[in-house]
Amino acid sequence: MTDVLDTPLVQQSDAPAAHEEHHGHDEHHGPSGILNWLTTTDHKIIGMSYTITAVIMLLIGGAFAELIRAQLVSPNGHLVTFAQYNELFTMHGSVMIYLFAGPFAFGALANFVVPIQIGAPDMAFPRLNALSYWLYLSGSITMLLGFVTAGGAANFGWVGYSPLSDSINAPGAGADLWIGGLLLTGFSAIFTGVNLAATIFYLRAPGMTLFRMPIFTWNLLVTAILILLAFPVLTAGLIMLFADRHFGTHIFSVSGGGVPVLWQHIFWFWGHPEVYILALPFFGMVTEIIPVFSRKPVFGYKGMVFATLTIAALSLGVWAHHMFTTGVVLLPFFSIMSLLIAVPTGIKLFNWIGSMWRGQIWFSTAMLMSIGFVVTFLIGGLTGIYLASPPLDFFTHDTYFVVAHFHSVVMALVLGGMAGLYYWGPKMTGYMLNETLGKIQFWLLFIGTQVFTFPQYILGLQGMPRRMAVYPHDPQWQNLNLWSTLGAVMIGVSSLLFAINCIVSWKKVPAGDNPWDAHTLEWFTTSPPPHHNFYRLPKIRSERPTWDYNHPEAPALAHGNGEGSHS
Amino acid sequence: MKIEARILLLLGLFFGAMCAVYWTWSLENAGGFMMFAAMLLGFLPGGYYWWWSRRMPERPEDNPNANPEDGAGVIGTFPGSSIFPFTLGMGAFMTVLAMVFGTWLLVPGLALVVWALLGATGESRHGGDH
Repeated sequence: MTDVLDTPLVQQSDAPAAHEEHHGHDEHHGPSGILNWLTTTDHKIIGMSYTITAVIMLLIGGAFAELIRAQLVSPNGHLVTFAQYNELFTMHGSVMIYLFAGPFAFGALANFVVPIQIGAPDMAFPRLNALSYWLYLSGSITMLLGFVTAGGAANFGWVGYSPLSDSINAPGAGADLWIGGLLLTGFSAIFTGVNLAATIFYLRAPGMTLFRMPIFTWNLLVTAILILLAFPVLTAGLIMLFADRHFGTHIFSVSGGGVPVLWQHIFWFWGHPEVYILALPFFGMVTEIIPVFSRKPVFGYKGMVFATLTIAALSLGVWAHHMFTTGVVLLPFFSIMSLLIAVPTGIKLFNWIGSMWRGQIWFSTAMLMSIGFVVTFLIGGLTGIYLASPPLDFFTHDTYFVVAHFHSVVMALVLGGMAGLYYWGPKMTGYMLNETLGKIQFWLLFIGTQVFTFPQYILGLQGMPRRMAVYPHDPQWQNLNLWSTLGAVMIGVSSLLFAINCIVSWKKVPAGDNPWDAHTLEWFTTSPPPHHNFYRLPKIRSERPTWDYNHPEAPALAHGNGEGSHS
Repeated sequence: MKIEARILLLLGLFFGAMCAVYWTWSLENAGGFMMFAAMLLGFLPGGYYWWWSRRMPERPEDNPNANPEDGAGVIGTFPGSSIFPFTLGMGAFMTVLAMVFGTWLLVPGLALVVWALLGATGESRHGGDH
């Protein structure tokens, strides 16, 4: 109990004396109300803004998905026109990838949790962090503004392939707003990447060596490096696309001597690392949650870090497996690299199961969601191995098999994100979420996801192409589509249950500092944490300092070599 | 600091090797160049950290036996609150909208950007109070 520091950790420039005494729960003397929100540089408030905005984007993108599924209930659906259908699937993909999954992964929970996990008072560049949020919000609005322009929103698929996205095939303002929105959110992501890397490199607490950082923080460090490698490529490509559309250049158009496939190279050189930019933070979340609810240290800490770094390194060399059918890419290279990614991913799955093995498992909502993540991600990952093989990819390219593979992966991420919200929500708000509602939500979401994707795998193998508003009259296809829509409705209801849970649980059960008896530093401070996060810090001697402090009789051995209870 | 540098240098090395294999095998320029640039993005910051790590004393966060007291003192200057991130964000917003809705939006957009740049720089210069 003597290993704590009771002196102020940070000198705050606008209120130098603010941290001399710590009596109130938040002694920050800044503006209040809406002005506080507009001028804040506190990573916790920015993280909350990111979380709320991203969840709203999830609901908007989900509404588009429900419309798409409703159209496909019958072979000749008349709910939307062909043109509206094109807008819907484009904006569903764009909103979910650019405006929900990415910002939720590296902007929302990461922003809130990473500085606290390493014992930092804030992000390294607080004002840049605020700018990231404003660029994200304005980029989201820009992209969605397409729906109120005369020509409608962008309609060329979320990948914006040339020549579909040139000024002849997509003349409207919606396409330009799509490009503009992506420029803004792209810069937002780059700034967040810089901020996360600088924070993790420079603001760790004494004793928090790199190999004692929680896996979530490790994954966010690697994500930040990947963002810096990938996002500038997309931004450059978008500027070229805009120049092609408006300034008469011919970079991507055959007529002027350009190369349309160049757009695919640029887009997927960003796009495939982006898949890991989305996935790694969620891997990190479940890697935090599974050991805590198994009452064990994480199994194979160093293997996890190694696997994360390997996934990131390989992800830069696999982009053209999205382009196998163009006929101009080096098939063996991209096939080998894509298959290799299965190895580190397999290490991760092995370690998640190893962390649960012989543990005292507490099936809380967060743990159930994490297990749901592992199962669903395994399905998505295994079908990805099929697609890494060119002969199989030629057969399934642009069919519902790809759609199902991709949705298995991203629905696993949604399960992981929900796990993160149930796990860290009490830390962010100070109040617990209702566990009963949470468990109902889990079963709806988990079963709904499988009911949603499995018919699509079968449809894809039978040759149903993606991005089509109508399909041939075939009783079996209609039946499978009906099942898929039923799954989508179950997923939608589960999202509404989450919204209801947030309202029902608001200010009901106080969380306390450490409701889960968890391992890492964020559970050492109050819920929600005070301005600049910590009144005091424990001695850091392992990757789970809070556990060591609360359980001096059972210290963690270095990197999870033991189960922590045989002292 | 040494491990941070080593991670980035190793990533750069890996991308360099991958670039060499890919480009000599496929002779495809776009991907080869992007991988080359990725290699530089490993080497440049990695080399910088390496250069610094040899010239600075060990930090308490790199010492496995450090105590919380070792980090006592001022960690850094953190601005309390500032309107300029919002101003800059809205300036960028209007500048991008000018690409679509008319060049006139550049006037308020760039005005906000310039105001935010001047304001934020001044704020940093006198330590965050405004």
